[in-house]
Amino acid sequence: MTPNLLIAIPLLPLVAALIAGLAGRRIGRAASAGVTILAVGISCALSLYVAKLIFLDGVPASDITVYTWLVSDGIRFQVGFLVDRLTALMMVVVNFVSFCVHVYTIGYMRDDDGFQRFFSYISLFTFSMLMLVMANNFMQLFFGWEAVGLVSYLLIGFWFTRPSAIHANLKAFIVNRIGDFAFVLGIAGVVYWTHSLDYADLFALAPSLETATFALSAGTTVPALTLIALCLFVGAMAKSAQVPLHVWLPDSMEGPTPISALIHAATMVTAGIFMVARMSPLYEFSGAALTFVLVIGGTTAFFMGLLGVVSNDIKRVIAYSTLSQLGYMTVALGASAYSAAIFHLMTHAFFKALLFLAAGSVIIGMHHEQDMRKMGGLAKYMPVTAVTCWIGALALIGTPFFSGFYSKDALIEAVGESQRAGATYAYWCVTAGVFVTALYTFRLLFMTFHGKERFGHDETHGDEHAHGHGHGGAPHESPWVVTVPLIALAIPSIVIGYLTIGPLLFGGAFGDAIFVREANDVIGELGHEYHGPVAFALHGLTAPTFWLALAGVVTAWYLYLKSPGTPARIAARFAGLYSMLVNKFYFDWFNETLVAPFTRLVGKVLWKGGDQLLIDGAFVNGSAKFVGWAAAKGRRIQTGYLYTYAFWMVIGLAVLLGWFLIGA
Amino acid sequence: MPDTQNWWSTIAPAAPEMYLATVICVILLIDVFAGGSRRPRLTGTLTLIALAVGAWVTLEYGSVGGRTPLFGGLYIADPLALVLKLSALLYVAVALLYSRPALARRGTGGEYHVLALTALLGIYVLASAGNLLSLYIGVELLALSLYAMIAFDRESPVSAEAAMKYFVLGSIASGMLLYGISLVYGLTGTLALDEVALRLTAEPSLGMVAGVAFVVVAIAFKFGAVPFHMWVPDVYHGAPTTVTLFLSTAPKFAYFALAYRLLSQGLDGISPTWTQMLAIIGVLSLIVGNVFAIAQANLKRMLAYSAIANVGFILLGFTTGTAAGYSAALYYTIVYVLATLGAFGVILLASRRGFEADELEDYKGLQARDPMLALWMMMMMFSTAGVPPFVGFWAKLAIFEALWQVGAVWLIVIGALAAVVGAFYYIRVVKLMYFDDAPSAPRGEASGALRLVLGVNALATLALGVVPASLFDLCKAVLG
Repeated sequence: MTPNLLIAIPLLPLVAALIAGLAGRRIGRAASAGVTILAVGISCALSLYVAKLIFLDGVPASDITVYTWLVSDGIRFQVGFLVDRLTALMMVVVNFVSFCVHVYTIGYMRDDDGFQRFFSYISLFTFSMLMLVMANNFMQLFFGWEAVGLVSYLLIGFWFTRPSAIHANLKAFIVNRIGDFAFVLGIAGVVYWTHSLDYADLFALAPSLETATFALSAGTTVPALTLIALCLFVGAMAKSAQVPLHVWLPDSMEGPTPISALIHAATMVTAGIFMVARMSPLYEFSGAALTFVLVIGGTTAFFMGLLGVVSNDIKRVIAYSTLSQLGYMTVALGASAYSAAIFHLMTHAFFKALLFLAAGSVIIGMHHEQDMRKMGGLAKYMPVTAVTCWIGALALIGTPFFSGFYSKDALIEAVGESQRAGATYAYWCVTAGVFVTALYTFRLLFMTFHGKERFGHDETHGDEHAHGHGHGGAPHESPWVVTVPLIALAIPSIVIGYLTIGPLLFGGAFGDAIFVREANDVIGELGHEYHGPVAFALHGLTAPTFWLALAGVVTAWYLYLKSPGTPARIAARFAGLYSMLVNKFYFDWFNETLVAPFTRLVGKVLWKGGDQLLIDGAFVNGSAKFVGWAAAKGRRIQTGYLYTYAFWMVIGLAVLLGWFLIGA
Repeated sequence: MPDTQNWWSTIAPAAPEMYLATVICVILLIDVFAGGSRRPRLTGTLTLIALAVGAWVTLEYGSVGGRTPLFGGLYIADPLALVLKLSALLYVAVALLYSRPALARRGTGGEYHVLALTALLGIYVLASAGNLLSLYIGVELLALSLYAMIAFDRESPVSAEAAMKYFVLGSIASGMLLYGISLVYGLTGTLALDEVALRLTAEPSLGMVAGVAFVVVAIAFKFGAVPFHMWVPDVYHGAPTTVTLFLSTAPKFAYFALAYRLLSQGLDGISPTWTQMLAIIGVLSLIVGNVFAIAQANLKRMLAYSAIANVGFILLGFTTGTAAGYSAALYYTIVYVLATLGAFGVILLASRRGFEADELEDYKGLQARDPMLALWMMMMMFSTAGVPPFVGFWAKLAIFEALWQVGAVWLIVIGALAAVVGAFYYIRVVKLMYFDDAPSAPRGEASGALRLVLGVNALATLALGVVPASLFDLCKAVLG
C-alpha cells in the first residue's frame, strides 16, 4: 500500500465536499450529486482494493505518517494512517454504506432546496469518518471524532427552520460535549503517561503501565490505565449513545432519513465501538473498566429496546433499535469479545442502514408521514420496500442464516462464556433483549406493511393542492434510485454473516489488530465448538434465543394483527409502567427539569458575575478605555515637530546611559 | 603573471555585490540615454530582470559552506548573509512589482529603480559586514538611498517633510552610531568584529557601556523602536505608498544584520548590557506601538505603529542572547515582512488615479467591491495578528519559546498582552472589510498578473503556517 493510495481514500470525498459545498450553486444539482457520488464511489473501490490486499493477499498492516504538523516538547502532532485488518474492514463498511446513501439521496432529497448542501455534508462526513477510522494517533482520532460530531450536528439541523430540528441538534451537540470532555481527558492521560500521541507507543507501553496509579487526592489512588480507559469510554458513550448519554439519538431523527441511516445507525454512532476495539491493548489491562462497559452496554441493550415497543414514529422505533443494538456491541466489548463486537457492527451497519432507508422509502411513499398509526397494508403498494424491509427485520431479530443471526448469537454466547464481574447481568439483559427486539421489529412490520389501511385515501386528486403535501394521493413505490440501494444493502444483510463468521471470529482475520489476553479469550473458547456456519445456524435453532425471538414475533402478530385492540388494554392495565416507557424512563425530564436549570443557573452566575462584571467590565472595557485614553493622550507627544522627535531620542539615550552608568 | 583562477576564487563569494554595483551603473546609463516616453517602463523591466539574474548570482556565488572572510575580514560570506540577501532581494523584487501600476500612473523616471537597487546593495553590504567600517558603509548606503526615495515625489510637500525629518533624525542616529563605534574602537583597538569579540573584557568598562548604549540607540532608531520611533509614522504616512512598501520590507533584513553582526557577534562578551537595553526598548515598542495603532484612522499610519510593535517582538528575540532567540528573531522578521509586503501590496492594488486607498474608511465593505483583495488582506491581517494556522502565529510562538528557555517570563507576559491589544486593530480591518456597508469607492486598476502575485503572497502566509518546519529549521541552521 503506497501512502498516496491511503491519502486518496479520505481526500477524494473531502475534495468533492468542497466542490459541492462552495460551488454547488454554480455547478447545479446534477453536477454536485455527480461529483460527490463519483468521489465516494472511487474511494469505496479503493478501500475494497485495500481490503483485498490485506485480507486476501496477506499484505502486512501499514502504519505511516504523511504529515507532521508540529513537534512540541517531543510530542509529535501528526496526520498518519494505521491501516490494518480492523481499519480495512471499517473503511469498506463506511464507504459502502456511504455510497448507497449517496445514491439514495438523489431520490430522497429530490425536491429539497438544500440538495447541494446535503451532498456536501454527507461527503464531508465520509471524509471525517475515514479520518477517524484510519488514524494512527490520538490527535487525528480526536479530529475525526469532532468532525463527525460537527457534521452530525449540521445534518440533524439540516431543516433549520424547524424548531424541533434546532432543539435536536443542540441536544446532540451538548450531550456530545460532555462525552468529548471526558474523551479529551482520556487523551490527556495517554499523553501524560506515555508522552506520545501515537497508538503504537501506548500499545507498547500499556503492559508496563498496568501497575501505574494516579493520585486523585491524598490517600485515594486509581489505576492509571483504568482512569484512561474510563475517560475514553465516556467519550464513546456519548458518541455511541449509551445510557445515560443516549438521549440525543432518538431526537436526531429530525434529520433527513439518509442521514439517520448513514450517521445515526451505520457509521458515526459505531465510532465509540470501533474506538474501544482499536484500544483493545489498553482495555485488556483494566478489568474494572471492562466491567463498567459490560453493565452500561447491558442496560442500554435491554431498556432502550423496551422503548421501541411503545413508540409510534417509524424512524424512532428504528432509532431505539439502534440504541439497543449498540448496547449489544458494547456488551461484547465488555466481555473482551472485540471481534464479535466489530462483527456485529458490520452486519448491523448493513441491515440497519437497510431498515432506515426502507423506512425512508415508506416516508416518501406516504408523502412524509412518519406515524405508523396512519399506515398499514403498504406491502401491496410498495412491494420492493416491503420485501427489503422484511429482510432487514429478519436479520435484525437474528433469524438463522441471516447476517444478524451469526453476529448476535456469537455475541450472546461469548457473553455467556465470560467470567468477568457483571457478565451475568449483561447476559440476562442481552438474552431478554432478543424477545424485545423481535417484538418491536415485527410490530413495525405489521403496523406498516400489513393489516388494515389506516391512511386516508384521497380519491379527489384535485384536493392535493389544498392539503399541500400532507395526505395527497395513494402510497406509491419509490423510484429506482431509492430501491436500488435497498437491494444493494439487502444482499449483504442476508449473506455477509454466513460468509464472514468463520474468518472474522474464529479464523483470526483481525490478526494483531485486536489484542485479547489469554485469560479473557471468550471467542477462542467458542471457537472450539465451531464447526462451520451451517452447523452454527442449526445449533442456533435449538438455542433459547431462537425461541425467544419466535415468541416475540408471535406476540407482535397477536397484538398488532390478530387482536389490535389488546395493546391499548394492556397500556391501560399497566398505566404506570406504560407512562414510564412513553416518557423514556424520565431521562429527558430529569435533564430538563433538574440538570438544565442548575447548569443554566451556574452559567448565569458566571456570566453576570464573572464575565460581564469582571472580564467584560474590568478587563475588556476597562483596558479598552485605558488604551483609548492613553492613545489619545499619547498622540500629543507625536507633535509633528522635528525638534520634539530629536528631543525624545536624546531623552532615550540619556535614560539608557544613566541607567547603566549609575547602575554600574 | 597572477594565477587568475586562484585570484578569482578568493573574491568569488563577493560576486553578488560586484554584480549589483555593475548593473546599477548599466541601468543608470541606459536610463539616461534611452529617452522617450517608454523610459520608466523600460528601466523597471530591466531592473526586474537584473534582480532575477541577481538571485541566481547570489545563490551561485554566495552559497558557502561556512564562515568565509574576504578582503582581510572586511567582508564575511556565511549562510546567514545568504539567507538575508536572498530574502531582501525577493522582497525588493515583489515590492517593485506591486509598485509598477502606481509608478506608471505617476509617470516618474527610472531613477526610482536605480535607487531601489542601491538600497539593495546597501543591504547586501550590511548583511556581509565583518568590520565596523564596512558595517557603517552599508548603513549609510542604505539610508541615503531611502532618503532620496522618500523625497522622490518632488511636488508633494508631505513627502518632502517626511524626507527632511528622516534625513535630519537619521543623521543624528548616524552620528550616534559613529560615536559608539569610535568608543568601541578606542577601547579594543580594532575595527574587525571578530577581533573586537576576542578583546572584550568580561566586566565592561564605563566607556564600553557608553559605546554600547550609543550603538543600541542607533540600531533602535533604524528599526524604529520606542523612543526613537517618532519618524516612523510620519515617514510611513508621508512617503508615497510605493516607498512606504519598500521602506517597511527589505531594509528590515539589513537592520537585523546590523544588530546581529554588531551586538550578537561583536559584543557577545558583554551581552548582559545590551540585552537589558533592548529589553527596555522592546517592551516600550510593544506597548506604544500597539496602543497608538488603535487610535489611527489612516491605514499606512496604523501599519507604521504596527511596525513599531512588531520590531518590539524582533528585539525581544535579541534580548535572549541565545542562538534560539536570534533564529526566532530572524524567523519573525521574514514572516512579519512577508505579511507587511502583502498588506501594502493590497493598498497599492486597491488604489487608482486620485484614490490612494490609504484611509481605513476606504476599506469599508471591500468584500462587496473586490472580494479577492479583501480575502488576501484578511489573510495578511490574521497572519500579523498571529492567528493560527497562519505563519504569524508560529513566529510569535518561536519568540515566546526562546524567551521561555532563558526564563524571561515577564517578557512573555507583556508580549502576549501586547499581541492581544494588537489583534484588535488588525481584526478591525477585517471587520471593516466584511461587516460594514460599502460606500461607493472605486475599484483598484491593477492587472490580473499582479493580483495573482498578491494571491501567492497571501497563500504563502497560509502555506508556511501549515508547514512551518522548513523555514524555521532554515533559520535555526544559519544561526546555529
